[in-house]
Amino acid sequence: MIELKNVSKWYGPVQVLNNCSTNIQKGEVVVVCGPSGSGKSTLIKTINALEPFQQGEIFVDGIAVHGKDTDLPKLRSRVGMVFQHFELFPHLSVTENLTIAQQKVLGRSEEEARAHGLKYLERVGLMAHKDKFPGQLSGGQQQRVAIARALSMDPIVMLFDEPTSALDPEMVGEVLDVMVDLANEGMTMMCVTHEMGFARKVGSRVIFMDVGGKVLEDCSKDEFFNHPENRQPRTKEFLNKILAH
Amino acid sequence: MSALDFSFVDWDIFSKFVLKGMLFSVQLTLVATIGGIVFGTLLALMRLSGRKVLELPAVVYVNGMRSIPLVMVILWFFLLIPFLIGRSIGAELSATITFVAFEAAYFSEIMRAGIQSIPRGQVMAGQALGMTYGQNMRLIVLPQAFRNMIPVLLTQTIILFQDTSLVYAIGAYDLLKGFVTAGKIYGRVEEVYILAALAYFVICFGLSALVRRLQARIAIIR
Repeated sequence: MIELKNVSKWYGPVQVLNNCSTNIQKGEVVVVCGPSGSGKSTLIKTINALEPFQQGEIFVDGIAVHGKDTDLPKLRSRVGMVFQHFELFPHLSVTENLTIAQQKVLGRSEEEARAHGLKYLERVGLMAHKDKFPGQLSGGQQQRVAIARALSMDPIVMLFDEPTSALDPEMVGEVLDVMVDLANEGMTMMCVTHEMGFARKVGSRVIFMDVGGKVLEDCSKDEFFNHPENRQPRTKEFLNKILAH
Repeated sequence: MSALDFSFVDWDIFSKFVLKGMLFSVQLTLVATIGGIVFGTLLALMRLSGRKVLELPAVVYVNGMRSIPLVMVILWFFLLIPFLIGRSIGAELSATITFVAFEAAYFSEIMRAGIQSIPRGQVMAGQALGMTYGQNMRLIVLPQAFRNMIPVLLTQTIILFQDTSLVYAIGAYDLLKGFVTAGKIYGRVEEVYILAALAYFVICFGLSALVRRLQARIAIIR
């Protein structure tokens, strides 16, 4: 469903993605981890062309992201994205956050968009907050609304860019619960996160990236966690550090 | 020199001379504010477009306008129009066009700051939902930029209201002219200048107080 072929990106002289390739099949949950500065967030943002790249090819559902004539807004409307800092629209109510793109991008009627959006708000357990503004919600609640907002667009795949790293520890669980449910329902997901518990529970594959934007590992979850002897030294070092506590 | 005498002041002075001028000053302020914000926002978008062909004309226009005294622009435009189209369009219309064009330069800087104050993540979120550049600007960025900038925009409007008195240069009938006309008829020129100053003060001070109250009210909760 998503195909990356030798993707490279530079910021001036600094290479931030180095020949990254991977494939994501329908229904897979791919977890991307690695130290900061390894280009994980950049990589995930190249998939919906929020970050341009200079070399390589990316196909989403057969559509070339790198293509000159590609209708990027249309492509993006089919790819859900959840950001580290939620990025709800602070001037709009929770309901309006859920409906605005459905109406303006997908052309749904107000009632249709509302019913559809609220269905997902119910699913993330925040129906009681539908008329509030984002600033009145906790971080965890905002992120759940953001997930509902992305889902309201009926995406073919969901991208998560460190969805829990800006949250208070107490609120990480509620967001991960929503993501686990989503994974169990068969949603195709690509997820930049350091939550290894999440990766073990619902991950299909793990991609490990290292500084300089290189994909060091790209293997099944079992292979990644249960066969450390096959991992690269750098991966072992990283895993030891984050799993030690 | 005789002492100041305000005994001539009555309702007639207001309704016959001042009101007409005041209405024009207020109208000029409103039209120049709205027009200035509309064209200023366009200029700001041009400057932030990242495309040289759009950026350069906007930069030249904004910096040019901001480097010339307003009274000169008012005069030039008033004198230039008959030269260009062969007839005068009247001091009032000429002043209105000049003010919109001039204020657009100032409002564009305010809107530019407002647009830049919106975090990049907000733009990305709009894009990620499939919005086009135009939709993202109209629905996400500009409403927030505008709200953030309301106090500054209103402050600029107050300055603009004071600046409308510069239309005396081309003889347009504004608030100041209303007072002065009355003063000439009644032979009380010194007094009417004091009254005019008082009128500008009351209006502007009242508006600033309003801005301060608004400022506390409209801050977006983040």
